[in-house]
Amino acid sequence: MVKEYVMGNSAIALGAIAAGVRLAAGYPGTPSSEIIETMSGRSDGDIYLEWSVNEKAAMEVACAAAYSGARSMVTMKQMGLNVAADPFMSVAYVGVKGGMVVVAADDPGPISSQTEQDTRRFAEFARVPVFDPSSPEEAFEMIRDAFYYSEKYNTPVLFRPTTRVCHAYASINTEESFQIKEYEGFVKDSGRWVIFPGLANANHEMIEKRNVRIGKDFSSYRFNTVSGASRKAVIAGGVSCAYAGEFMRDYPELKLIRVGTPYPFPEDFMLKALEGVDEVLCFEELSPFLEENVLRLAGRHRLNIRVHGKLDNTTPLSGENSADIAAAVIGEFYGISTDGGRDLSDRPELPVRPPVLCAGCPHRAAFYAVKKAMEGRKTYFCGDIGCYTLGNAMPLDMVDTCLCMGAGVTMAQGFHRVDDEGTAFAFIGDSTFFASGITGAVNAVYNEADIILCVLDNSTTAMTGHQPHPGTGKNLMGDIAPKISIEKILEGIGLEKIITVDPFDFNRAKDAVSECAGEKGVRAIIFRAPCVAISKPAAKCEISRNCINCRKCIKETGCPALIVAEGQVAIDSNLCTGCGLCANICPAFAIGGAGNE
Amino acid sequence: MNKDILLCGVGGQGTVLAAKILAATAMDVGETVHSAETIGMAQRGGSVTSHVRIGEALSPLIPEGSADILMAFEPAEAVRNLQYLRRDGIVIVNSMPVKPVSESLKGTAYDGGSMIEYLERKCDCIVMDAVRPDSAKFLNIAMLGVAAGTGRLGFTKEQLLAEIEKRVPRKFLDANREAFEQGISLGETR
Repeated sequence: MVKEYVMGNSAIALGAIAAGVRLAAGYPGTPSSEIIETMSGRSDGDIYLEWSVNEKAAMEVACAAAYSGARSMVTMKQMGLNVAADPFMSVAYVGVKGGMVVVAADDPGPISSQTEQDTRRFAEFARVPVFDPSSPEEAFEMIRDAFYYSEKYNTPVLFRPTTRVCHAYASINTEESFQIKEYEGFVKDSGRWVIFPGLANANHEMIEKRNVRIGKDFSSYRFNTVSGASRKAVIAGGVSCAYAGEFMRDYPELKLIRVGTPYPFPEDFMLKALEGVDEVLCFEELSPFLEENVLRLAGRHRLNIRVHGKLDNTTPLSGENSADIAAAVIGEFYGISTDGGRDLSDRPELPVRPPVLCAGCPHRAAFYAVKKAMEGRKTYFCGDIGCYTLGNAMPLDMVDTCLCMGAGVTMAQGFHRVDDEGTAFAFIGDSTFFASGITGAVNAVYNEADIILCVLDNSTTAMTGHQPHPGTGKNLMGDIAPKISIEKILEGIGLEKIITVDPFDFNRAKDAVSECAGEKGVRAIIFRAPCVAISKPAAKCEISRNCINCRKCIKETGCPALIVAEGQVAIDSNLCTGCGLCANICPAFAIGGAGNE
Repeated sequence: MNKDILLCGVGGQGTVLAAKILAATAMDVGETVHSAETIGMAQRGGSVTSHVRIGEALSPLIPEGSADILMAFEPAEAVRNLQYLRRDGIVIVNSMPVKPVSESLKGTAYDGGSMIEYLERKCDCIVMDAVRPDSAKFLNIAMLGVAAGTGRLGFTKEQLLAEIEKRVPRKFLDANREAFEQGISLGETR
């Protein structure tokens, strides 16, 4: 046994390795990305690992392993499950032979996501069991249970950590060696593996009956627990249990019911836990899942219980919980007054700090070139998911829409359909292009749209921590992988105008935009320059005495390395990468250095 | 030993490594540790926090009014997170502001001064002034030095330094040691 201090995501990875997983596939997305990354660092090649092109591909790769009897895992963020919903809903009907765990990490807040969707709902929708860990230590144990139950009931299972479990650190005891669980291999049986209406109908009934049995089984599951013995009880799940526990541990007589398996709901467990209870507070994030289940149970069994939570506005309707919210809400429920804390009502106004594109980011230069080339013309700037969403901030203001992965490419077409005067641009990153931009590009060519597709190619998946993708020439098994050319894909589907340009070559970049803007059809510009976080910066820019302090550089670029110190524009040498975008803008030619004399 | 240490700053300032070093040192001396990080979009120049909880903690996040030490890598971030400080806790704050782009655009004069003034009025506070032009690179290690110098960490400066030496690149070892020692001297004034 080795004691290790690891992130929750690493605990999930190490738990899966300990469970003998044979294959793991995923697509990066905060807060889930470190699961596959940890496995990549720990496996010596026995476990097949891949960053798939998107979550749907990952799910389907894993399904085949599970049909063959091998243990498999798929990882993604919560919205990734929307992308993978097609195979997921169907594999829930077909079932599996080897344990298959789908990790979908939820993001209450949301901190790095578009939605606050609740994967427990997805579990109920797909009729698939879900595990809800409350800490990294528990996640390490629970992921192994998840594989066990998956095999016991021949069903894929969901595993739903949240950001504060994924990105919390704790100590776990790991084994020094691991073994892949043996598996039989695929046995042909079209009556089992080919989904047809008849099979779906039969399996649907089987699944509904089976889920009742799983609910009974979960009623004795080790992470569904009760402590205390009061008439008023708190019911919590996930990290909210930890917040509730932090407050309630000073009052051990108060009843805390924690649910580690929200679906199928462990009804027998809950009925027993509610004996002698006449009022409950459901403390959970995202949606009132436990609350609705308790209400349903109380209705069916005519329990005389008052139920509080999100539905009666006792707990917050959105956003993440915290120890402080737990203290306030649970304190109020039990009539325990909590310390009001420090009076900070007189604090000075704090600067707001929205996330921004890094100093030297090539996306800034690409956006700036488009902005200057299109000045005074009617435009639609359709953004997408990645660092470049931050191009929406002032002063660039170059993202008019952002919806979901790949949507920019297709939305640009929609704008063109309802307004043929404006020029519609789609901005999409390289990883996002491979994940879900290609079908949109095909749609544009096939339906003869007029759009300018701007691929912001920084040769990595930057926002989620620099994972490789099909255009990088690397994959997770350490092979030299085929490097898929974005230009050739676009050529292959029939684009006639494809310009590749270095966004820092300002005049050429701007000319490329003007040239494309003067034509019709589907045109593409590939702005290619590596992410500053993975390439060594050349040198620093410097400001000479010629500076007239007009601040045009700041107002036009919003680069964080350009600051005002003692009333004068200055360059923060800790941030500057010498990209020279500001040198191109300075009307007094006062910015030099880094080859920008 | 129960100790809550909140590190706060701006994405890219090195709070994550400092938190890891604190956690690892506490584990080396036999303590149970939990911590939590800001990862994702906020790392791009946004406000970030690392919560380090030494002892038997359940919540990964420090409750308000519980932090024994608030290590603020930036003045406004210290004020932003001040509600986490215990009444008898101490703030260690780097005086050098990180000016957000929005402030540069507005042309407002945020320079950190009003924040430092507020902190000094409100709580026990050690202000660290950067000493060398490249000090941003060693800021996290200097901050750890100050914390060790106060004697409030629950482990010795030697134990902390040993962990630092394991984690910083060899070619920057001397510069980091120097930053750490300077921090110690400042911390020891309390």
